[in-house]
This record gives sequence, C-alpha cells and structure tokens, in this order.
Amino acid sequence: MAFGLKKLILPLITIAIFAAVWQLAAGKYPPEQFPGPTDVLKAIKELADSGVLWGHIGISLTRFGGAYLLAVTVAIPLGLFLGSFTRCHAAIDPLIQVLRPISPIAWFPLAVLWFGIGNAPAVFIIFLAAFYPVLLTTISAVRAVPKVYLMVATNFGAGSRMTFLRVIVPAAFPGIMVGLHIAVGTAWIHLVAGEMLGAQSGLGFMIVDARNFLRTDQIMAGMLLVGLLGLAIYKGMKAAESYIGRRWGIVA
Amino acid sequence: MSAQVTAKIQLAAVEKRFSSARGDEQIAVSQLDLDIQAGEFVCLVGPSGCGKTTLINMMAGFDRPSSGSVVIDGKTVTAPSPNHIMIFQDYGLYPWRTVLGNVLFGLQARGVPPAEAKGKALAALELVGLLQSIDKHPHELSGGMKQRVSIARALAVEPSVLFMDEPFAALDAFTRLHLQDEVLRIWTEKKPTVVFVTHDLDEAIALGQRVVLMAPNPGRIQRILDVKLPHPRERTDTDFAVFRKQLFEEFHLVHRQANQTAEYMI
Ligand SMILES: Nc1ncnc2c1ncn2[C@@H]1O[C@H](COP(=O)(O)OP(=O)(O)O)[C@@H](O)[C@H]1O
Ligand SMILES: [Mg+2]
Repeated sequence: MAFGLKKLILPLITIAIFAAVWQLAAGKYPPEQFPGPTDVLKAIKELADSGVLWGHIGISLTRFGGAYLLAVTVAIPLGLFLGSFTRCHAAIDPLIQVLRPISPIAWFPLAVLWFGIGNAPAVFIIFLAAFYPVLLTTISAVRAVPKVYLMVATNFGAGSRMTFLRVIVPAAFPGIMVGLHIAVGTAWIHLVAGEMLGAQSGLGFMIVDARNFLRTDQIMAGMLLVGLLGLAIYKGMKAAESYIGRRWGIVA
Repeated sequence: MSAQVTAKIQLAAVEKRFSSARGDEQIAVSQLDLDIQAGEFVCLVGPSGCGKTTLINMMAGFDRPSSGSVVIDGKTVTAPSPNHIMIFQDYGLYPWRTVLGNVLFGLQARGVPPAEAKGKALAALELVGLLQSIDKHPHELSGGMKQRVSIARALAVEPSVLFMDEPFAALDAFTRLHLQDEVLRIWTEKKPTVVFVTHDLDEAIALGQRVVLMAPNPGRIQRILDVKLPHPRERTDTDFAVFRKQLFEEFHLVHRQANQTAEYMI
C-alpha cells in the first residue's frame, strides 16, 4: 500500500497538476503559439495514425543504439587499457582533457563536412556524447580497484591474464556501469541535437520539420516523445543495472 | 637430525627505510634479526606504527627490505608465493564471487582441474565451518564469517606459511575469541608456520608459542617471550596471568620509552 502510494500515486498527482497548469496557461494563448496537453496528445495521435511517427522513432532508436554500442565497444577496452597502464594514461590524459570539454555539437560542422547530411553526423555526435563518460569512468574504475584485490591475486600466483580478466575487470565493473548509465543520458540528449542539425529523419528531424510548417503542437509532441522514450531507456538501464548488481553480489 | 637445523624463516639485519614527501628518511624497521622454525606459531605484537605491517609484508614478499635479507626455506624472498599466504585485516574477498568462488580462486590460479579444485575448496570450507554458506556473496556475511572465508581460501592451496596481519582487529570481542580458538585448532591440525601480527597483548599470549614484542622509532624487537603453555590455553589460568603480566610490564616500558622520545623530539 505504502509502496503504491510512493511509486505510483504521488508521481501521478504531480503529472496531473503539471498537465492542469499547462492546460490553464495554454488557454491564455492561441494554440499555434502555446498548445495545451490535449492539442499535443491529438498531434501525437495524428502523427501515429499517419505512420510517420513510427518511422522516426525507429530510426532514432537505431541510430542511438548503434552509436551508443559503438562508443561503448571502443571506450571500455580503451579505458581498461589506459586505467591499467599508468604511463600510457599519463601520456594520453592531457589530450583527453582538451578534447572532452568540446561539446559534441561543436563537432557538427566538421561532421557534416566529412560525412555529409544523413546518418553519419548524428551517429558521430551521439558517439562522442557517449564515449567520454564511459572512457573516463572506466579509467577511474580500474585505477580505484582496491590494492588488496591485486595483492591477493599476486599472492595466489594469478598470472597477468587472470588478474586482468578475473580481478580487474569484475572489480571495475560497477564503476563502468555508472559510466554506461551517465552515457545513456548524454547520448540521448545529443541524439535530438544531432538529428535536428544533420539528418533528414528521426525525432529530432521531426521537430525541425514541424517548426518549418509552424506545427507547434507537433513540436511539443516530438519533445514529449523524446522525454518519454528517454525515461523508458533510463528505466531499462536501471533494471539491467540492478540485475547485474545482484549477479555481481553487490547490494543494489 | 643435525644440531644445526635451519629455520623456516630467517630475517637477518632487515631494515626498511621510507623517505617522506618532505625528503626526510624514516626507519620503519631497523636491523632486525629473527628466526622462525617450521610449524611454529609466532606473534608479532606492538603499538601501531612500530613496523609490524612493514615487516610482515617483507616476509610475504609484497615489499623488499632496504637492506638485510629475508629468507624462507633457504631462498631469498623476492616476490609473494602461493606457498606463503597472507590473511588481511580487511579480508580481500572478491565481492562478485560467492564464498565457494572466492575459495576456488587460489586453486584456479594454480590451474588445479575444476573437480579437484572444488573438492579442495569444500574441504577447506568444512574446516572453517562454512559449508552451509558456500553460495552466499561476501556482503551477506558477518565480519567473522568473511575472515573464515579468507582463511579457507588460504588453506585450500595448502601453504606452508600463513601470514596474518591483525586479522581479527575489526571483529567484536566474542567473534575474536572464537576465531582465535579456530585458528589454533586449524594450526594444530595442519601445522603450518604462522606469523600472526596483532596489537592485542592478550591475543598474542593466547596464541603465540613465542611473542615478539616490537618497539617503534625505529621499528625493532624489544623482547621475545617464550610462552611455555600448552594449547589450548585457559585465559583464566594463573600461568596465563604470569605471562600476561610480564608482557604488559615490558609493553609499558616500550610505551614510556616511546613517550620520552616523543617529548625529546618536541
Ligand atoms: N609506504 C610507506 N611509505 C612511508 N612510510 C610508511 C609506509 N608504510 C609504512 N610507513 C611508516 O612506517 C612505520 C611503520 O608502519 P607499519 O608497518 O604500518 O606499522 P604497524 O603495522 O606496526 O602499525 C609508520 O611510521 C608508517 O608511517
Ligand atoms: Mg599494521
């Protein structure tokens, strides 16, 4: 009962109040300027019925998933490597520190120049957005592996391969998970930016397209869907995390 | 047997110096000589900072002396060995492995075939009384149980020396007494050489055949006490009290000296 109240009823009340305030505020302006929640829901239905919505969502999710996986498969091995070899890290860290503060969006002009309009610039921007958080958390997770874990491994005569695969990687895993988690958020945010700038499809493009036709209701519909899908991905990530946490023997 | 039986562990003029960030040198262990016989149970006791950890780390091969030599079984110690296992105060268990998985680790590292490894691991877990918890993860265990797992992990590889650095310092008094008895039982059964570091004088008297009292600044041996009492020892015996009194008096001497040096330095 208390569980239902906290997890379901309280958030529902907040959403209801938010929608009510939104509806009231929107009532004071023409719908082309500030549509209310009912207008936006109607727009979503219209987009869904015409079929364009599913195409855009599918493309966005594919780009997001592909770029994210690509970033993770590059960043984790690189992070494990740089975390394990202090000298390589010392050599490369300054470069990372200079490149990292550059917003992925700042890469956009170059990305379009190099890859042209289409999938590639958006994928490139999502890749960058996911890459740094995963890389940096992986490096620090490896460096934070308790010294006693390594002492135990050497004491029992574990070779460097076993120490790496069976001690360092699993010990760093919870830290890497945090990076994966952060990266999902940043990557999703940059997906929309990437698609608004350089793509001809996807949710970001759908929002830009709606602006070109002055369909304010569809702009908001796009924004709302980006938010909802982001929430769904985040929840999925959480579930995966607590499952892995249990498998790993760490209290979630 | 010849009269000249070489000791299991031989420390000769062992010295360890650390230089601080400010550049001045500190002598953590100074010109220390000690022989430990095979199968002996030796306690190193002393106030914190007197170099106990530094010394046991050198014996276990985690650290090298600045000068002098550490020899085990006639060979100079240059690296840790699966034949000499260290038990840490904070257990060093791998949280992602189950109890059984942790105990298997050392056997896997040595490439023992899985079926044989499992048999050895279970036998070691039986010895520490943890057979009913083999599928649990470390976070589900009490501190005392965690330390039993790490003892089982060590026993599974059948080391000839067990190094223990304040293994029970983080445990409550009841658990500590209980584990002291367990360690004695296991030692009586398996007869490894045990080097046991503690800052608890009672623990040292209860366990050690010899108690090595160390003094700080620089870390050195103050006195070696032969505790000629059979195991298991009754902590309430008058004989026990006699040794206890000796050790405490000697310890107070160390303390007074340490305080005097401190005053002198101020
Ligand atoms: N890695 C190190 N670097 C510098 N000083 C150290 C280091 N390890 C220990 N020491 C110093 O050596 C002395 C002995 O330390 P330690 O062996 O840990 O003592 P104990 O275990 O008896 O408490 C202490 O004064 C400590 O500060
Ligand atoms: Mg210590």
